[in-house]
Amino acid sequence: MQASEAKAIEVTDLTVAYQEQPVLWDVDLDVPPGVLLSIVGPNGAGKTTLIKAILGLVRPAAGNVLIYDKPYEAQRRIVGYVPQRGTVDWDFPTNVLDVVMMGRYGALGWVRRPGRQERELAMQALEKVGMEAYTTRQISQLSGGQQQRVFLARALVQDATVYLMDEPFQGVDATTERAIVTLLQELREKGKTVVVVHHDLQTVTDYFDWVMLLNIRRIASGPVAETFTPENLRTTYGGRVAFMTK
Amino acid sequence: MENLSILTRLDYTLMIVAIGAALLGAVSGTLGTYAVLRRQSLLGDAISHAALPGIAIAFLLTGSKTPLILVLGAAIAGWLGTLFILSIVRLTRIKYDSALGIILSTFFGFGLVLHTLIQRTGNANQAGLDTFLFGQAATILESDVLTIGILGGIAIVIMLVFWKELKLLVFDEGFAASLGFPIRALDILLTSLLVIAIVLGLQAVGAVLMSAMLVAPAVAARQWTDKLSVMMLLAAGFGALAGVGGTIISSSASRIPTGPTIVLCATVVVGFSIVLAPNRGLLWNRLRYQRNKRNLKMLGGQLFQSEEQ
Amino acid sequence: MIQEHLDIQLIAIVTAVACALPGVFLVLRRMTLMSDAISHAILPGIVLAFFLTESLSSPLLILAAAATGVLTVVFVELLQRTKLVKEDAAIGLTFPALFSIGVILISRFAGNVHLDMDAVLLGELAYAPLNRLDIFGYDVGPVSVYVMGTILLLNLTFILLFYKELKLATFDASLAATLGFAPTLIHYGLMTLVSVTTVGAFDAVGSILVVALIAGPPATAYLITNRLSLMLTLSAVIGSVNAVSGYWLAYLFDVSIAGAIATMTLLMFGLVFFLVPNRGLIAIARRRTRQKWEFAQTMLVIHLFNHEGLPEAEAESEVAHLHEHLRWDPAFAAQVVKYALNNRCVLQEETQLTLTERGRTVAQQALVQ
Repeated sequence: MQASEAKAIEVTDLTVAYQEQPVLWDVDLDVPPGVLLSIVGPNGAGKTTLIKAILGLVRPAAGNVLIYDKPYEAQRRIVGYVPQRGTVDWDFPTNVLDVVMMGRYGALGWVRRPGRQERELAMQALEKVGMEAYTTRQISQLSGGQQQRVFLARALVQDATVYLMDEPFQGVDATTERAIVTLLQELREKGKTVVVVHHDLQTVTDYFDWVMLLNIRRIASGPVAETFTPENLRTTYGGRVAFMTK
Repeated sequence: MENLSILTRLDYTLMIVAIGAALLGAVSGTLGTYAVLRRQSLLGDAISHAALPGIAIAFLLTGSKTPLILVLGAAIAGWLGTLFILSIVRLTRIKYDSALGIILSTFFGFGLVLHTLIQRTGNANQAGLDTFLFGQAATILESDVLTIGILGGIAIVIMLVFWKELKLLVFDEGFAASLGFPIRALDILLTSLLVIAIVLGLQAVGAVLMSAMLVAPAVAARQWTDKLSVMMLLAAGFGALAGVGGTIISSSASRIPTGPTIVLCATVVVGFSIVLAPNRGLLWNRLRYQRNKRNLKMLGGQLFQSEEQ
Repeated sequence: MIQEHLDIQLIAIVTAVACALPGVFLVLRRMTLMSDAISHAILPGIVLAFFLTESLSSPLLILAAAATGVLTVVFVELLQRTKLVKEDAAIGLTFPALFSIGVILISRFAGNVHLDMDAVLLGELAYAPLNRLDIFGYDVGPVSVYVMGTILLLNLTFILLFYKELKLATFDASLAATLGFAPTLIHYGLMTLVSVTTVGAFDAVGSILVVALIAGPPATAYLITNRLSLMLTLSAVIGSVNAVSGYWLAYLFDVSIAGAIATMTLLMFGLVFFLVPNRGLIAIARRRTRQKWEFAQTMLVIHLFNHEGLPEAEAESEVAHLHEHLRWDPAFAAQVVKYALNNRCVLQEETQLTLTERGRTVAQQALVQ
């Protein structure tokens, strides 16, 4: 790899421990700009933790994370985040447009309220995910796939360079899944870097161009063609991937 | 002539009490909205009980019964109780509900010990404890109304200033943190506002019933709207309504305590809302269910797919 | 005088154990707050039954109040089932409403009956021995001992009889259901016990502090053990210790006995919280510190191991440059080196670090893991 090219994300020696158990151990990851990377690994492999550590949401026991050569705190404005859909209460009294506008809160800073400009940006993002007809819909009345699109739209209005998404394909319908894939590819076309926690091994080759195999340690990472090998998968999943000979 | 002046004075007292109760209802309704949305409805119960040792210690230290000093003591103890609960949950495998139960009851027990200690020295009487347990809305004075108005007003203004931040914290804490908002500090701020609402409300309905004043108006309001701001306004309105209603009802007959009556008024509003509110209400759901069933029959089940939309 | 001491302590112990046993399951099933709700919501039941029986310890009163307690549970569950109200809010709505009805009933008819609000809320253990049971003219002890003793036996019998079912329903309700153990039945059985126990205990400790007896000892025991049987035994023991020490605290300072027992419950919990091996606060803090150094040491030996025998090894093993390679601040790096030297994982020759055999093993183990 050329030293001159900046890395979008650079994780070095990252170790995270919850109480006694190390969840991530000595993980390194370099993500070049403009790739669509999926993180795969078995349950409890630390995928979500890795995303959270990159975002500074969990404190590492050791190691370092850089985004375009600077720590996360300095690069917040260029990072967009899509948390797992199940982490929020969808019965919260608010509507679709309002949730999407929350993506602008960081840029707005303290106390300032969202105005017309934020509303317009939110509308554009909703159009991109095909949800423009649902702006005033209460969020509890959305299907799983629609909820996921709203979360994606919220990340889009962040207008970030690097996107981190936690299981965006979890429990969504086939139409939404296709729409999300198209959107991810559009983002890559624009030179954005997208990191996605993913659980469906069948689709890795179709959807992504880079992959990271993770099971507490980094097993491998790199372009899908070189990295997504049966051997690496066996190491990651411990021989439990007989179905993966697609 | 004499008669008339007694009458007007009575009405004036009643009016002050009603205004005080309405203000308290509005403040606890507003701030209780966040407690309900965060599923911390019973934290209010814990804070209100945990306040007792604070009141006792404040009295032991200062020897003063000035409401403001006692309120400060109550707030500090309530705060400490919350801190204990959160630490227990964070550091052990004991769950939130048990931590809440332990702190609520043992802090209260400690308060009781202190209270009997004060009682023995002859400085206080049983009435003080009864006031703490059941409130004493009937004795609200003009100066109390002023205290409630100022402190409650400050709490609500702070909440409005940080409206966007608090809303994001309650809806999606992880996302708020990723944007760089200090969620720990915001959490502390929100809990502090809740503590203010509680220690003020203790005066009207007492420790035992305080949780109802936080929960009931918000739950009722939630049924009528899907918008946070409207929900909060409605909760404030319902809280005030319960305050005034309870005061008037309890003054209209002898030996009906004010606090419990306020709580029952709030409960009636909840029952009414859960049954009748459009869209969410039980009656509405029942009607919609039957209409759908009828439509489905008429169309021979073909409507099934378009209903999904 | 001595008899009185003994009587009160006996009542306190029997009550504490009777509360702690069902409390274990409440704590494990995350339903502690249901006991708070029940203990308040039984008030209207108590008042209505009191109007009929004019006695606070009649069996009818206990039954009526217990029925109100179970009704509370049903109310909360019905409210939740509408999906319009979450569980915590449902509890927070139900018990104040029922309690309010009780208070209003008492104040409306307080002139006709002698039911003291404070007795209901706070209890008064000191008076409990005064109400004595006479059989054929013989004084066989305080009534409370027999009432609470019966309730304790009831709880013990239920737990022994349905131990397996309770255990299964607590740790895996869906499995219990598929095995035909009717978790709902177990649930309501438990709730009935909690209601009966609460009614029996409010006489002695009142409805607020009964929560301390129900939740305190089991939660304390849960800090010490994982085993259900041991947790039940420990809870009973801890409950008794709290009761007796609380009594003497109250006696010493002449304060409320129930309040003192609750205070001891808090102290006991705090003590265990700090001191218990493995899970205590001190143990956690020490483990965290040790872990931090262990991690750092492992990273250091892996770092050295990875560059061992390679051309850049000399530069990478330079003590003064470690902090650059490992991104530690210099002071921390120096401390880690000291720690690793003490553990004989590395050797220092002038400014160069080399791995010992032991350090190499540590690195290899960490890498293979």
